[in-house]
Amino acid sequence: MEKNKYKHLVAKHTPKENGLYHGLLAFVTGGLMGVLGQFLIDLYSNWLHIPTTEASPYMIITLIFVGCLLTCFGFFDKWVNFAKAGLIVPITGFAHATMSAALEYRKEGLVTGIGANMLKLSGSVIIFGVVSAYVFGLVRLILFGG
Amino acid sequence: MIYVNAFLFCGFVCVLGQLILDYTKLTPGHVTSMFVCIGAFLDIFGIYDKIILWAGGGAMVPITSFGHSLIHGALAKASDFGFMGLAMGMFDLTSTGIIAAIIISFFLSLIFEPKD
Repeated sequence: MEKNKYKHLVAKHTPKENGLYHGLLAFVTGGLMGVLGQFLIDLYSNWLHIPTTEASPYMIITLIFVGCLLTCFGFFDKWVNFAKAGLIVPITGFAHATMSAALEYRKEGLVTGIGANMLKLSGSVIIFGVVSAYVFGLVRLILFGG
Repeated sequence: MIYVNAFLFCGFVCVLGQLILDYTKLTPGHVTSMFVCIGAFLDIFGIYDKIILWAGGGAMVPITSFGHSLIHGALAKASDFGFMGLAMGMFDLTSTGIIAAIIISFFLSLIFEPKD
């Protein structure tokens, strides 16, 4: 009885997630990030005359730089709170995780602070990426021969 | 037209991430790790290459393209060197992103103080 009452109280006071609104917001911001990526690729291939396939690293570096810089100025945390997955899932989320960890631990020194903790949040992306790419690459190598 | 495709695909991936964040108890770290694995998985059958042809930059921006680039570099080297090539070429295509993130955040963290 008490337990049910407690559960009821908790459910009453938990803030309701407005799924549709958040989803729409993530769709629009994420889509705009995609458009920005394609625009940067077009810009670099037309402006710097590099082949389209080689323009994507330039685009990724630009987005990472902008994400890091905005995190330093403190804007990006507010934007991530607002748009959530729309900015976490694109590559800016990776930059934001790396940069904010580095900023947070800079007080503890160069080696024990920045060096040891920089990849604290974004390291899992690299680890799981490498593990899954190795396993799936092995599967494809055995099944299709590369 | 490719801009519309880029908008649709990148938005779709972000909505998937937002739904996972809203309706499960997983953190953003779980979501990004999961998406990297999905990107690598889709490349077993070469699906992600077709998506990149269709959506262009819209498919390069989400974190799924990170997994795709990892497996793609590994397989490109593996065709020359066999199993050892998987380890040799793993970071061929993704190193720009990782190195840029590390170098930029290192030097910026020397300059800037954390806010609040």
